[in-house]
Amino acid sequence: MSSATVAVMAETTPDATRLAAEARDRVRFEEEALALADQVFRVARHLAPSKDEAEDLVQETYARAFRSWKSYTPGTNLRAWLLRILTNLNIDRGRRNQRAPQTTALEANDYYLYDKLSEADGGAGDEERVVERLSQDDIVSALAAVPHDFRDVIVLVDIGDFSYQDAANILDIPIGTVMSRLHRGRRVLKRELAESVMEDAS
Amino acid sequence: MSHPKDDPCAHCEEMMQPYIDHILTEVERLEAEHHLDECDWCRRRYRFEESLRVYVRQVVTEPMSASLRRKLSELRIPLN
Repeated sequence: MSSATVAVMAETTPDATRLAAEARDRVRFEEEALALADQVFRVARHLAPSKDEAEDLVQETYARAFRSWKSYTPGTNLRAWLLRILTNLNIDRGRRNQRAPQTTALEANDYYLYDKLSEADGGAGDEERVVERLSQDDIVSALAAVPHDFRDVIVLVDIGDFSYQDAANILDIPIGTVMSRLHRGRRVLKRELAESVMEDAS
Repeated sequence: MSHPKDDPCAHCEEMMQPYIDHILTEVERLEAEHHLDECDWCRRRYRFEESLRVYVRQVVTEPMSASLRRKLSELRIPLN
């Protein structure tokens, strides 16, 4: 709808004025939401178990967002609002058909991965080169192997660049839980990475 | 790689994630930095962790498909 059309509608009755203002707000909301689609997809891609499921989730998320746009408070973090819908849908649809959450996810010490990589390198190399021993595929598959409770937090904070507070709001968990899952999740991720590197080497 | 895992290094390892996340207290931060100043072994591992964070952040994701982009636009609620 052009702004001229909106203006014409606005001239008719007070009720029409209200409706026109609402239509304008809704159009703006939809445009802002669509402008974030690439970023939403990027995060969804690592939250969902597959690309197809990520696409489905993003579609469902936008369908729901467009229907319930009035519950969004303008000026707040729209990307976080969209991700909250998405993570809820992801949980509802039982994406948790992946392996059962491990209560004792295997962690390694924080220095473990570096030790493994530099060991394989035959001694201490420089740190940037050591990280390059990991391929992007290594990262993607190691991330996918991290149990979902940990992975959700890593994806939101370390890939999606959300603050701890936003991640807590999105996942509806206390901020202290975000921090502890992140801390442990990164250790699990490093363990998975170390394993994939050792497999590659053997 | 062998290194005597004496307490200062183990303690420094514990502080690595919160240090990089900037959530240590001022006292803890100075304590970590004091150790890092004199311990090349830990310093390498901190630098590696920082590189790894950047690397994970830049993880390659295939771009959203054109068909998905189109479908999202079609979900918009038409104006009457």
